[in-house]
Amino acid sequence: MSDPIIKMVDIEKHFGSVIALAGVSFDVNAGECHCLLGDNGAGKSTFIKTMSGVHEPSAGQIFFEGNPMHFADPRDAITAGIATVYQDLAMIPLMSVSRNFFMGNEPIRKFMGLPLYDHEYAERVTLEKMRSMGINLRGADQAVGTLSGGERQTVAIARAVHFGAKVLILDEPTSALGVRQTANVLATVDKVRKSGIAVVFITHNVRHALAVGDRFTVLNRGKTLGTAKRGEISPEELQDLMAGGMEMATLEGSLGGTV
Amino acid sequence: MSESIPSNDSDERIKSMSTWRKALIRPELGGICGTLLVFTFFLLTAFDSGMFGPAGVLNWSVVSAQFMIIAVGACLLMIAGEFDLSVGSMIGFAGMIIAIFSITLGWPVWLAIILAFVICVSCGALNGFIVVRTGLPSFIVTLAFLFILRGFTIFFPQTFERKTIIGGIRDAAEGDWLAPFFGGKILTGFFQWLGEAGLIEVFVRGSRKGQPIVEGVPMLIVWALALVIFGHFLLTRTRFGNWIFAAGGDAQAARYVGVPVNRVKILMFMFTAFCATVFATCQVMEFGSAGADRGLLKEFEAIIAVVIGGALLTGGYGSVIGAALGALIFGVVQQGLFFAGVESSLFRVFLGLILLMAVILNTYIRRLITGER
Repeated sequence: MSDPIIKMVDIEKHFGSVIALAGVSFDVNAGECHCLLGDNGAGKSTFIKTMSGVHEPSAGQIFFEGNPMHFADPRDAITAGIATVYQDLAMIPLMSVSRNFFMGNEPIRKFMGLPLYDHEYAERVTLEKMRSMGINLRGADQAVGTLSGGERQTVAIARAVHFGAKVLILDEPTSALGVRQTANVLATVDKVRKSGIAVVFITHNVRHALAVGDRFTVLNRGKTLGTAKRGEISPEELQDLMAGGMEMATLEGSLGGTV
Repeated sequence: MSESIPSNDSDERIKSMSTWRKALIRPELGGICGTLLVFTFFLLTAFDSGMFGPAGVLNWSVVSAQFMIIAVGACLLMIAGEFDLSVGSMIGFAGMIIAIFSITLGWPVWLAIILAFVICVSCGALNGFIVVRTGLPSFIVTLAFLFILRGFTIFFPQTFERKTIIGGIRDAAEGDWLAPFFGGKILTGFFQWLGEAGLIEVFVRGSRKGQPIVEGVPMLIVWALALVIFGHFLLTRTRFGNWIFAAGGDAQAARYVGVPVNRVKILMFMFTAFCATVFATCQVMEFGSAGADRGLLKEFEAIIAVVIGGALLTGGYGSVIGAALGALIFGVVQQGLFFAGVESSLFRVFLGLILLMAVILNTYIRRLITGER
């Protein structure tokens, strides 16, 4: 496989006296789904926020397509092609699907020299993209509040893909969803991965991770417990790792000595 | 699971909506219903009182236009998720700046007007800056400015002129190039022609004998319509409009996709201050004086008009057209009860009832549109 699209080496992040991340290394390749697992408080959120430019790491290096990168704010990361879909902050329920879809990237049409929001284009593209993800809308002017949680995640993912994301970070996209909605979101993730985009999938649900992941990295107390490839690790082993590294010694072997 | 996979063109779970219902379900519906109700009421009770004659129409249009000017600013700001309670004090303050510079200091009126705009819009920017920097509710920050600006509005004229009303501005504005944009009238030739053609009444005695009783359309009304059109256009047809909705709907989500939320909010505070200054300038030019008590309670009247118009108090949802209708309702009721010969204290009762009904209807519609529960 080619070089990783994003590679993070020994990332540390301190908040005052609290060490949230104590040297985490992680990489993801194009067309791959790399799952980041960990229990609550393991540092998953802090880690993806360093990846998406919200936090600057206290130490460590980020390589994006082989070059060292510094993200001053989320805008830099988005421009570079790193899109993040946050669990509860993906969409604004009061606004229509198309207004949400193009939020921050509004299409512009010139009318008598005035730059206008191009509603027609926005609605057409939104409907097309949503249909390709398997969601039928009543109209692009339907408010996001009328969609289910899974549909909202899908809109957010479709949006990120449409705006040329090379790396898609999903922050617990399935944790608040029902069975069928979860299946839909996982199917979407699979579609996105097959189109050649690198997916970073954050979850604490082992079954969801195993359904779509190519590689699995477990975080615990701000440290990486190891990375395993698909087929090298069983759900039970992953579960145990997440639960706090019980039976570590016996698991080390199965993780290929990467701990 | 026996559920069939929906085809790409239709989904059996999506109820189709009739065009009629679709046209009806809009944020302005409460305002539209209220307007129809109010006009029906006064057409029935006060039709022959002169309320719908030229002078009567001018009377309530001017009052409605005043409400509209400040409602547009309050509406956009509320959609962006913030309040400005200092609007009323800002109106008094702006008027006093014009009076002090032009009368007390004797500067040209156009310069005084421009200074009033610069100072007030800067105050708006300061309001916005404090809100976005401290994260305090705008309710509190602008409440502080309500007192600060009102205090200055009383302090300055008392210190410089030893009175709380400064007059003589109309004489000072004679021949000024900027003042007519606020205090003037347009279409005067057209109304003169209407008077001569006998289409509208003319004065039959006095110094203005032969002139139509309605001279023209006051610039106040022109400003109101221009601001409503501008606000509606900005909100629905531009990229910035999308940012206003986003900033009020969920500031954090908007920031994550790169919307400059703080800039949007500060600009909306400045626009609200601009609207207040337009109001103040028109009022000062009309009365020829500035008073320390001008604009009292206007901030609440603006907010009420906006809420009747269908905006959500917590932001992210609303319509400028709705706010304009809310202002129209306000003006028509206030003046209409006078024409109908009803005790003016009943204005408040009536207004309270309309407010309540409009808000209940608006909440119901909003739930239909946004799927809130």
